[in-house]
Amino acid sequence: MFNRPHLAVFVALLALFGALLIVGCNPDNPQSILDAKGPVAQRQLDLYWIIFWMALFVFVVVGGGLLYTVIRFRRRPGQGIPAQVHGNTKLEIGWTVVPAIMLAVIAVPTVISQFYISNAPSGDQLQINVTAHQWWWEVQYPDSGVVTANELHVPVGMTVSVELTSADVLHSFWVPKLAGKMDIFPGKTTSMWFRADEVGEYFGQCAEFCGESHAWMRFRVITDTPEDFEAWTASQLAQAAKPATPEATAGAGLFLSKACIQCHSTTPGVPTAGFPYPAPNLTHFGGRTTMAAGIMEMNAANLREWLSDPNEVKPGNIMAKEARAYTDPASALSSDDIDNLVAYLQGLR
Amino acid sequence: MASIAGVFRRPTHPAGVWGWITTVDHKKIGALYGVTAFFFFMVGGLEALVMRIQLARAGQDVVSPEVFSQLFTMHALTMIFLGVMPLSAAFFNLIVPLMIGARDVAFPRLNAFSYWLFLFGAIVLQSGWLLGGSPNTGWFAYAPLTSNSFSPGNGMEFYIVGLGVLGISSVAAALNFIVTIINMRAPGMTLMRMPVFIWMTLITSFLLITAFPVITVGLIELYFDRTFGMNFFNAAAGGDVVLWQHLFWFFGHPEVYILILPAMGIVSEVLPTFSRKPLFGYEVVVLSGIIIGFMGWAVWSHHMFTVGLGPIANSVFALTTMFIAIPTGVKIFNWIATMWGGSISFKTPLLFSVGFIAMFIIGGLSGVMHSIAPSDAQQQDTYFVVAHIHYVLFGGSLFAIFSGIYYWFPKATGRMLDDRIGQVNFWLTMIGFNLAFFPMHFLGLDGMPRRQYTYSSDMGWDIWNFVSTIGGLILGVAVLVFLFNFFLSLRKGEIAGNDPWDGRTLEWSISSPPPEYNFATIPTVHGRDAFWEEKYGHGGKVPAGVSPEEGHQGGIHMPSPSYLPLIASLGLSIAAYGLIYSFAVSVVGAVIALAAIYGWALEPAAEPAGRES
Amino acid sequence: MHHSQAAEHATIATSTGIDNRKMLIWVFLGSECMFFGSLIATYLVYYGQSLPGTPTPGEILDIPTTSVSTFVLLMSSLMMVLAYSSVSRGNVRNFRIWILCTALLGATFLGFQVFEFTEFAREGLTPKTNLFGTTFFTLTGFHGAHVTVGVIWLVSLFGYSFKGDLTKDGGLSVDMAALYWHFVDIVWIVIFTVIYLIGVTNAPALIE
Repeated sequence: MFNRPHLAVFVALLALFGALLIVGCNPDNPQSILDAKGPVAQRQLDLYWIIFWMALFVFVVVGGGLLYTVIRFRRRPGQGIPAQVHGNTKLEIGWTVVPAIMLAVIAVPTVISQFYISNAPSGDQLQINVTAHQWWWEVQYPDSGVVTANELHVPVGMTVSVELTSADVLHSFWVPKLAGKMDIFPGKTTSMWFRADEVGEYFGQCAEFCGESHAWMRFRVITDTPEDFEAWTASQLAQAAKPATPEATAGAGLFLSKACIQCHSTTPGVPTAGFPYPAPNLTHFGGRTTMAAGIMEMNAANLREWLSDPNEVKPGNIMAKEARAYTDPASALSSDDIDNLVAYLQGLR
Repeated sequence: MASIAGVFRRPTHPAGVWGWITTVDHKKIGALYGVTAFFFFMVGGLEALVMRIQLARAGQDVVSPEVFSQLFTMHALTMIFLGVMPLSAAFFNLIVPLMIGARDVAFPRLNAFSYWLFLFGAIVLQSGWLLGGSPNTGWFAYAPLTSNSFSPGNGMEFYIVGLGVLGISSVAAALNFIVTIINMRAPGMTLMRMPVFIWMTLITSFLLITAFPVITVGLIELYFDRTFGMNFFNAAAGGDVVLWQHLFWFFGHPEVYILILPAMGIVSEVLPTFSRKPLFGYEVVVLSGIIIGFMGWAVWSHHMFTVGLGPIANSVFALTTMFIAIPTGVKIFNWIATMWGGSISFKTPLLFSVGFIAMFIIGGLSGVMHSIAPSDAQQQDTYFVVAHIHYVLFGGSLFAIFSGIYYWFPKATGRMLDDRIGQVNFWLTMIGFNLAFFPMHFLGLDGMPRRQYTYSSDMGWDIWNFVSTIGGLILGVAVLVFLFNFFLSLRKGEIAGNDPWDGRTLEWSISSPPPEYNFATIPTVHGRDAFWEEKYGHGGKVPAGVSPEEGHQGGIHMPSPSYLPLIASLGLSIAAYGLIYSFAVSVVGAVIALAAIYGWALEPAAEPAGRES
Repeated sequence: MHHSQAAEHATIATSTGIDNRKMLIWVFLGSECMFFGSLIATYLVYYGQSLPGTPTPGEILDIPTTSVSTFVLLMSSLMMVLAYSSVSRGNVRNFRIWILCTALLGATFLGFQVFEFTEFAREGLTPKTNLFGTTFFTLTGFHGAHVTVGVIWLVSLFGYSFKGDLTKDGGLSVDMAALYWHFVDIVWIVIFTVIYLIGVTNAPALIE
């Protein structure tokens, strides 16, 4: 079909388009799917590259054919009526069979990979149960009894099996660099698995529209060395740290008097079930790296912003709608109250 | 005798506005569809522009998240149900009877009824903007976000009732076109001599009558849950929220083909005309359309690859979805082969059709990428999908619709759309479109989920969002250029004559605009591309010089105008509104509708000749 | 009058030879199949999925009574055949008798359904009770609504027979109503089989 120069032009075109398409994306972006850090994401990425190059090949061939056709056969002055060709059976068979073969080729790894990512490998596994809420993540480790929120600590290199359920509407669990999505439903559980091959911090985000603050339902997966993970687990099971400063002590009092405690547990291992409204367990809140479901760095300024007006940070959230401090003007938090609460919360490690 | 049986006195020869309100002429109804749908297309475009401006940079506050949710929900609903579908319906109405050599559709009053119901359904759907909030759960409305507890207010009711009314309208129209196409063809126009546009209309109509009942049932179940406290999607009572997804996508995927098949039909008419060659592989193109229509029922779960249906279900739906790529690819190859060896004239309709093929290749290939279930788990619900659907729905359907507008505008109005402005219109659309939507592929691969009202700047999504917004604004300008061209050409456009493009199908054999009765004498068809054959014969003969004015009008008896379709659809819409606010109103509406239907059944389709003329 | 009829029909020689309106009703019924198919599918998906301790089909449904109402509906189809047969032979007097019988039997069926619904509600099954109640009342209720439309249609034809000519076009107007009526009847046979006959016998095994 091609002679030498044509082939060279074709390959050059392919490379050019490919390069253009690839530079559009930046694998360093925290949620880039082009930078797999675990076997599930890697499988998905491998498949992506296969279909990407096949698609690009087809695009250059067919798009090039289209371009050539419209240029080559443009109407010229004085041209008569062209030959009235109605069809060609051989051609029809050809362009039915060739795509069919290409699809059959891609179908094989598709099915194999589908089974691979659907079934967690046997062997040592860490089990994590995630309950999605509007708009945060409750994380439970059934083996150790740890309960936390919005940050999953996992040991590097270990298969993590995640069971997912929702307390309200649909959500979807997604850590682009580790694994594709799995949807989350109320009234049933779904499951997925991943493994992180490098120590690091990976961004995750809810990927199924779940209401007003869908954009602000993020989380982190933090991979630790086995030793660090052991240490982390032990620290999570410990009782909450006692307030160490006068401000923190005042904050602890406010935490009770402003009824924060009615929804936010500060006892290790207590899940949301049974509380009037589901809210993150804050026992070791100050030890997390992010807050408000992975959307801001954990620091005094951000905490202050959140406590001053949670609805501004995350529109529609339950705390802003239901907590006495925000609904009852008599219980509103003063600036000092907020400082004290910040001190208390940051001390919860 | 029967003529006075109707509740209302029958209009005989209404003029002006009343002429439009009571019309049963398929060409006028087509024009009504077209103008209304284009208006809503611009509404949907405006909704999109507001979203694009909100997303142009990180952390903007142009609209609240609540309004943003309503915007993306209504943008999809508006574009699909009030833009692309009725724009296709406008072509069905304008062109189908002309192409098959008929004087009107099989049921002219039912046709008017479909239009009015579409208009009222559109008003119901949009009324949320004024009446306390539009639906805000996405057009796919996944349970249980749609339940009373998570979506209080009437937003979901506007969705349910609006789509319900639009569904009845679409099914009524589709029934009409099925009967028209099967039963009203001119002598000699066998099925395999029908233009491909007619074939695609027929397949689309069958998809409409089979797909809409499914979503209607879903809507009814949702309505019952919300209004009567039933348990269809109530997980606490053991209900499965995924049932909604199955019902929705069992409708939703055929709906995708409802949106694209008419576009493929338009392109299959435009390319042969401007290449002066018959469509390459007619039989194969028709057959692949039929296969696409059938396979449309076997792929719905590819919208649910991340639902956790299991590796077997995912693999099966991945394979069926890949399979659809074959007939779709075959169509593209045949279109290119149609132009191959032709004598291609670069008028605006051809540009848009070639643009359609190019954009549809990209959209089709990203579609194949989505069919790879395991890697789709990464792309699902990201901007990559947003890019894909816009490449097939805008780059596909809307490019073809613009092509069709430029192609048939002379037939409908008697004047040409200005070709130079048309070229500007095309290139602006092409540039704006690619600038707006191609970067969304990058955003998707960079992990940006859909439907988020803003994003923080540490995610690396700023640049391409900004580029995309610029593209969106250029597209807006392109639409304004089109409007300018439309109004200018309507008044000052070049006179078209019967056959400005050297057309191939029967509509070009009659005057522009066609007389009320279309064909003075019903033509007899001797082959495909009936008019071309008539003009050039098999050996390239000189046109036979058919004058449509030759036939005498005395024997032609056209259906008479009627108020009743309007009143029946108004009654039904009042009844539908009652479902939102008060069942008493529903009863009133139902009574009006029933009275109108009685009147309709009793008035003859055409008044006796004496009164008519 | 005669002229207009001629204008309306005689000029339309359809491509298939089938009258447009008859084809319309056939295609419409095809669409209706999808409607009832979706409702029946919903019923089947939720079959045996109600929370334990709530009413089951076996406890609530009364097969003997519903068998009678099913028989009534089947008989109405027979009456419909006779009505159409009369009108197509030009016998309007007999047509009126048979069409009234059809409508009356249809109304009787609806009476049974009203009785059934109130009885079930008294026994503790409402549309809100559980999934069975939700799906049962929705499916049979929509069938009942179709029967109601059918009865109104039949009565309207009866009324029209005094005013206009139903025998033209071989009784096409009656033929269309008959097709609809038989369709609704067949749908009931399916519903009766799925919900009552199979549903009640298999329910204990499926629910365990």
